[in-house]
Amino acid sequence: MNKFIFSDCTSVDAALSQMTGEAVVKAGGVDVLDRMKNGVIEPAKLVNITNIPSLRGIHETETGVRLGALVTLAELGDHPLLQSQYTVLADAAGHAATPQIRNAATLGGNLMQKVHCWYYRSADFACLRKGHDMCFAYDGLNQYHAIFDTNVCPSVAPSSTAVALSALNASVELTSAKGKRLVPVREFYIKPDDKHPTMETVIAPDELLTAVLIPKPAAGTRSAYQKYGEKSSYDWAIADAGVVLEMQGDVCRKAAIVLGAASPTPRLAVDAAALLVGKPITEETARAAGLAAMQGATPLSMNGYKVQLFPVAIYRTILLAAGKMDRDPSAAG
Amino acid sequence: MATHLDTALDPLVQAAAAAAPAKPEKHTVMMPIGVPGYTLRTEAREVPVSEPPVLAVNSELEFIGKPTERWDAHYKVSGQAKYTADIQLPGMLYGRFLNASVPHAKVLSVDVSAAEKYPGVKSVLVIERVLGNAELRDPKLETPSRYPIVRYAGQPIAAVAATSAHIADEAVKLIMVTYEEMPFVTDQLSARKTDSPQVYPGAADQAGSAGGGGGPHGVPQTGNVHGPSINKKGGDIEQGFKDADVIVEGRYVTQVQTHSALETHGVVADWKPGMLTVWASTQGTGSVREEFAQYFKLPKTQVRVITEYMGGGFGAKFGAGNPGVVAAQLSQKAGAPVRLMLDRKEEHLSVGNRPDADQIIRIGAKKDGTLTAIQLESFGTAGCGTGAGCAGPATNMYKYAALHTAENDVFTNGGPAAAFRAPGHPQGAFALEQAIDELAIKLAIEPLDLRDRIDENSVRRVERQVVRESALWKSRNPVAGADSGPVKRGVGMAQSVWYRFISMNSSAEVLVHRDGSLEVRSAVQDLGTGIKTVLAQILAEEYGVPPAKIAVRIGDTNYPVGPDSGGSVTTASLTPAVRDAAWQAKKKFLAEIAPAYGTTADDLQIVKGEVRSKSGKMQPVSFQRAAGKMKVDSVSAQARRIPDYDRSKYETYGGVSVVEVNVDTETGRILIPRVLAVHDCGRPMNPTQVISQINGGTIQGISYTLYEQRHLDPNTGLMVNPNLEQYKIAGSRDIPELQVHLVESYIGQSSTDASGIGEAAGIVAVGAAIGNAFFNATGYRMRRMPMVPSEVLAALGKVPQGGLKA
Ligand SMILES: Cc1cc2nc3c(=O)[nH]c(=O)nc-3n(C[C@H](O)[C@H](O)[C@H](O)COP(=O)(O)OP(=O)(O)OC[C@H]3O[C@@H](n4cnc5c(N)ncnc54)[C@H](O)[C@@H]3O)c2cc1C
Ligand code: SF4
Repeated sequence: MNKFIFSDCTSVDAALSQMTGEAVVKAGGVDVLDRMKNGVIEPAKLVNITNIPSLRGIHETETGVRLGALVTLAELGDHPLLQSQYTVLADAAGHAATPQIRNAATLGGNLMQKVHCWYYRSADFACLRKGHDMCFAYDGLNQYHAIFDTNVCPSVAPSSTAVALSALNASVELTSAKGKRLVPVREFYIKPDDKHPTMETVIAPDELLTAVLIPKPAAGTRSAYQKYGEKSSYDWAIADAGVVLEMQGDVCRKAAIVLGAASPTPRLAVDAAALLVGKPITEETARAAGLAAMQGATPLSMNGYKVQLFPVAIYRTILLAAGKMDRDPSAAG
Repeated sequence: MATHLDTALDPLVQAAAAAAPAKPEKHTVMMPIGVPGYTLRTEAREVPVSEPPVLAVNSELEFIGKPTERWDAHYKVSGQAKYTADIQLPGMLYGRFLNASVPHAKVLSVDVSAAEKYPGVKSVLVIERVLGNAELRDPKLETPSRYPIVRYAGQPIAAVAATSAHIADEAVKLIMVTYEEMPFVTDQLSARKTDSPQVYPGAADQAGSAGGGGGPHGVPQTGNVHGPSINKKGGDIEQGFKDADVIVEGRYVTQVQTHSALETHGVVADWKPGMLTVWASTQGTGSVREEFAQYFKLPKTQVRVITEYMGGGFGAKFGAGNPGVVAAQLSQKAGAPVRLMLDRKEEHLSVGNRPDADQIIRIGAKKDGTLTAIQLESFGTAGCGTGAGCAGPATNMYKYAALHTAENDVFTNGGPAAAFRAPGHPQGAFALEQAIDELAIKLAIEPLDLRDRIDENSVRRVERQVVRESALWKSRNPVAGADSGPVKRGVGMAQSVWYRFISMNSSAEVLVHRDGSLEVRSAVQDLGTGIKTVLAQILAEEYGVPPAKIAVRIGDTNYPVGPDSGGSVTTASLTPAVRDAAWQAKKKFLAEIAPAYGTTADDLQIVKGEVRSKSGKMQPVSFQRAAGKMKVDSVSAQARRIPDYDRSKYETYGGVSVVEVNVDTETGRILIPRVLAVHDCGRPMNPTQVISQINGGTIQGISYTLYEQRHLDPNTGLMVNPNLEQYKIAGSRDIPELQVHLVESYIGQSSTDASGIGEAAGIVAVGAAIGNAFFNATGYRMRRMPMVPSEVLAALGKVPQGGLKA
């Protein structure tokens, strides 16, 4: 790990004033320190934001709920209000990584973490997403990679909470010296394109993610998230799904289905969700939605199995959200 | 250790036999033999008269064979235990390697000038000889160079020692290496092709280590294929298949597994004039001293190796190795002690692994199950080393009319393999035991019954009986794939085989002090398997003192030489020497105090912690009070291992593993709720620790079977998962309910009659047992590891193999 300046800030203003040049924000540090230890980044300065009190707390508001950027994954997973009304988020946070990591990892950091492609995470590979010429995954080992939007950088969206928040249609609050702005999570992530392959989100270098706002769910809303890996303990998703259903009696009025490990950004499966609307949730409709979500998939040389796996993750999570199936023992975490 | 138990004696015993003193006087004793509750009886053995009395079966003993708390548990959990990485010496420097960034290259130059100038750097070294790789039979095939040829990414090239770990990290980055890159190959299948890039320009062999590894020497080599090494037994193999009523055949493919011990390889080397002291994370203080002495041409009196605590070793930690030699050189150059611990990446890349395997096994049998033929052809890559043979189980588990095995090592540009917990056996058993399961189904004979017919081992017969009576086995539905829903339950079993290896290089000293304290000393190291505790139990049994009160001093070559811990030899080899020493020291002690009580040593005995007179010449006194009568501060006796009492009575040992699986046929996940492991290890000296070994072996086997895999990028030859996050290893949620049933088995071979467990434990059989349970659950065979969802879905015919485009 390189030498760096550690700038410990206790207010948002102080942090913003430190975010110059080569500075990198450090929240829980799980992701940023990992990349530093592996020599992937060598920042000259770390701006530590964990001691900023105003970035903490889960607050219920008139319009929904406001989550400070420093709320930990453990706090999200354990919160009774989130568990009952925003279940998809409590599930996503509460089943991510390991208990130790969940205690340190923050919501802001989780949303801002970099992709987990093994070429990206190794200093040995100078790849497109790190500002170089080529993607090593295409002709290399791509069993954990994307099956949609694979044309530039087929890495997958790493954040479980982003899947949940996208399904809940939440927004992030971005603060800079100039002021604040709100961006829907669904517009926050940028699909890698040839011109700007290193851009992952719309956040500007002088902006801090300060909060997440989730609108109050309509009556009858039920939701769930499940992640499937190769192991049960702290494995990354090979398939996952966040599902939000607005139910009226037995009938589904509105639905959102979001996939994480399918593409470089959380993927809203619009057609799949549409299949559920106006119908009761049954295994049959859930399975149909799962299959529909795979329309247009373009798997790589080693990850065709994901096209089989995702429909299963989706149908089982729809049934879990609808209360028609228990949490799946095959799911990880 | 050799991977086969052949008719030939193992080399350790042969060597010792040659050196053994003139025949000692012997007498006949009756020893317990067999399994209590099943086959226990007594048999006569001729043993030297100097041996202590026959040890009773465990149920009649006070300390040996009783569940005993780990002797050093409180030191470990309280952080007082000092591991190699905890050693802190005055003026100590921190060493760091610079490793090759390419998989195959000539090194043209290494420029260390900037590193040398970096403030805080005290010595820099360019490596001129790399240990561990295979070496050309004819070195002239390569142009001589100051720099060894890079055969794998991660091969050490240079090293620095600096005043802090951070400075060392920074300084190695300043070393400039220029490579002339050569074509490379990292996967075994490509390396077997005739047009593949060659790892070596001619035939090459790898030296083995004390822990095994290294393949056969002198076998033919074509391209990268080093082999075949052929073994034939019994009659003609073609005739065997002609005589068969049924034949099963299958191809089984397993992956490279890395050792991933919690503590990485590393040493602290302190080179002083006249004495090189080395703290090492090693499985053999003796073999480390040996290699240092040889490498640096030092007399053994000038090399001392210390391993008081060790954070795990599965066969890859013998000898000085590159870290040891380099740390010593850096220390000599800098005139200061140097600590060099590998990081996790280096641990994955450069210090050993379990080779992969691609086997085709063919078995012929009569209708009654009698095996007429076993044929095995295997290919495996040990990287730029050898030792990928896996015919051990096929050769040694069952009786057959004819056997033909052909093992091939395939060179690839990967780190050299090293012995890994039962070398070759998990791979071999994965194929053999699934093939036997397949045979049982074809013959419509129950799998346990079939094995009763073809397995002559008397202890495994008992173990199968234990399995037959278990609730888990009784819950098995013999009809494969019977469950209706997407998640299907299955139960399967498989057997393990391992061998009795003894290291005659095992000795100990026992001391009785005048204050009544007792001490045992041996250079042996405790890998975490618990030999310290067992030594304490032996003294406890002889003197009637609780084990916690015995001082156990081990892990230092200043003590009498101990066995290297490879081949599951430690307990079987060392404990008889310790008991002999304890017995002889006791005799000396009784002779020492007898005059004070007006009697002779023959009249005295120690019973339940008291010295008693057989003739009633004195009232019983506590051992401690009696010790006060000694005229010298301490008496001591040293003993060495004597040969086993009767090698003609040897059997293999092993066990039977039963696994319950839930196969999710839609997600491809295999969940394992329960495992029953029934194992033998001679006399269990400390059941608590034996069970720990079996738990550990079973978990490691599950982890290997379901998750672990070294991934080398085919286009660059670099490992893409050199950590413990993407190199997937079982975590707490992946561990099933483990039930261990120990089968006590007396074999009448030594004064403690202990055997080994580390390698037979779990890991050999569990992969095949999972495979057999998978078949029982689904009706499909899982012939590949690791059994990740993509492979499971492929085995179920839902996606093409390799996860290729659906
Ligand atoms: C073994 C393992 C398993 C894991 N499994 C999962 C999983 O299943 N699901 C999942 O979602 N994650 C998983 N993770 C990832 C983990 O949850 C994230 O690394 C963690 O949430 C990051 O949060 P942090 O607070 O530590 O972020 P940091 O490491 O502090 O920061 C991460 C990034 O975000 C930036 N950043 C942080 N906070 C802000 C802010 N407020 N404003 C602007 N930028 C900011 C930092 O500059 C940095 O680039 C896993 C990690 C490991 C090691
Ligand atoms: S998938 Fe993306 S992150 Fe991975 S190697 Fe390709 S460009 Fe880099």
